[in-house]
Amino acid sequence: MTEQAGSKGHVPLIEFRGVGKRFTVKGEPLQAVRDIDLKVREGEILTLVGPSGCGKSTLLNMAAGLFEATEGEVIYRGAPVKPYNNSVGYMTQSDHLLPWRDVIGNIAIPLEIKGLPKAQVVARVEELMETVGLTGFGRSYPNQLSGGMRKRCALARLLAYDPETLLMDEPFAALDAMLRMRMQIEIRALCRRLGKTVMFVTHDLDEAVAIGDRCVVFTGRPGTIERVVDVPLPPDRDILQLRKDRDYQEITATLWDVLAPAVGMGD
Amino acid sequence: MEELSKTRIWVLRAMFLAFVIIGWELSSGRLASEFFISRPSAIAQMFWEWTLSGKIFYHGAITLLEALSGFLLGGLIGMVIGVWLGRAQLVAEVLDPFIMMFYSLPKVALAPLFVLWFGIGIDMKILLTATIVFFLVFLNTYTGVRAVSREQIAILRLMGANERHVLFKVVLPSAVTWVFTGLRLSVPYALIGAIVGELIASNRGLGYLLADSAGQFDTTGVFTALIGIMAMAFCLNAAVKLIEIRAMPWRETNSKREMSI
Ligand SMILES: Nc1ncnc2c1ncn2[C@@H]1O[C@H](COP(=O)(O)OP(=O)(O)O)[C@@H](O)[C@H]1O
Ligand SMILES: [Mg+2]
Repeated sequence: MTEQAGSKGHVPLIEFRGVGKRFTVKGEPLQAVRDIDLKVREGEILTLVGPSGCGKSTLLNMAAGLFEATEGEVIYRGAPVKPYNNSVGYMTQSDHLLPWRDVIGNIAIPLEIKGLPKAQVVARVEELMETVGLTGFGRSYPNQLSGGMRKRCALARLLAYDPETLLMDEPFAALDAMLRMRMQIEIRALCRRLGKTVMFVTHDLDEAVAIGDRCVVFTGRPGTIERVVDVPLPPDRDILQLRKDRDYQEITATLWDVLAPAVGMGD
Repeated sequence: MEELSKTRIWVLRAMFLAFVIIGWELSSGRLASEFFISRPSAIAQMFWEWTLSGKIFYHGAITLLEALSGFLLGGLIGMVIGVWLGRAQLVAEVLDPFIMMFYSLPKVALAPLFVLWFGIGIDMKILLTATIVFFLVFLNTYTGVRAVSREQIAILRLMGANERHVLFKVVLPSAVTWVFTGLRLSVPYALIGAIVGELIASNRGLGYLLADSAGQFDTTGVFTALIGIMAMAFCLNAAVKLIEIRAMPWRETNSKREMSI
């Protein structure tokens, strides 16, 4: 249950090989993560959970090519990741919508960059707004939208660009429990349907188990992988009813025990 | 509720204005000599005469032409160079102290030099105004371009954006807010440039009217010219504000939105 070796002969989509990352903060070296060995399989939803500051975001940034690894290497589809890995889409806690563009304009950006003809852009944006449930809000500016709607807009923009891999960094952290669950259901369904590979960072254990196919547990500073766990829940799980599921309770309890030592260390 | 308090504010404003004007009218000749402070009724009458004779329009048009041309010229060059230096790190780094040195110089102090270089014609006033406006717009544009969110740029880069996409979809739109701040700040300075230029050497424009009236000890004329200048500043400000709203519709929705923190 603990190792990722299950994928015999499977070529991983993303691979971290002995990766470490050191920052220099005010002249002092700061080791953010070390000794990361991790294989992300194509088509899976891999969740990364751990206390804040243990380097989860740093890993995503390296997968996107925004940071360079200090030690080891990050491989994407067999080749080392170079700056701006265009195969990935990034979604962070703050949605980074462009405030001067309305919903339609924001979703259209990746399509404009691709150079699609105007009529196609319009049709595709309309489609995407329906997918994420934003129909009728096309002419609203981000500052007129609620937090959940902004997330949907950012998600639609991500889907417009249609990357094969989604990097999601605590995207739902700021949402209330109900909305978060709805977004979890939608994101899982959507990614399954579209066959996306997902790295999903969260500090919420329940979320990590609920939407993940596998779950990577981080601890410590500098962050290391404590354990990789297969989530023994069916791919078409009913997230709404998970709380009553025996397997779910068991696995979250196990993960709690792994993370518990980190709680006492203070953050 | 909201509307009601708005009307009330306007009523109070009108009352305040009436109070000042009546106070001025009454104190003229009583508390202070009319020679020094004139009186509102005389100013209104002169303004009316100048309007009928077209004098105020003639001189106003000259000043407006100078201020506007200088404003456009300085603003345009300021924007272009602001964007360029905002993107070119090295050049900006090298030029920074020199720019700041020049920025801290009161630009009107250049007026005598400009008279030497460009004579006392209309181009001297335009160039003086342009110099003043240039710095304000340049510095604001530059700051705006530098203040662009690097995360937004990174996200676009991941989408495959090239340098041009980044410039036109993120950098410039996000700098627009700053550019308009610079433009709005520039309006009064554009008038300062034009009018100082006219005060120093001219036989046309509102600044000339001002200097000419003062030279004849005609306080009423001075005040009338001042009111003409104020009216022009007001119109220019309103115009920039209007363009600003049209250019940045998302700001509009922002201010109309119910306050929340
Ligand atoms: N750009 C950066 N420059 C310097 N230090 C950074 C940077 N990004 C992250 N760090 C440091 O690396 C460590 C891990 O950060 P991060 O990856 O954001 O953790 P997490 O996402 O798990 O909360 C933290 O100590 C943080 O201060
Ligand atoms: Mg983080």
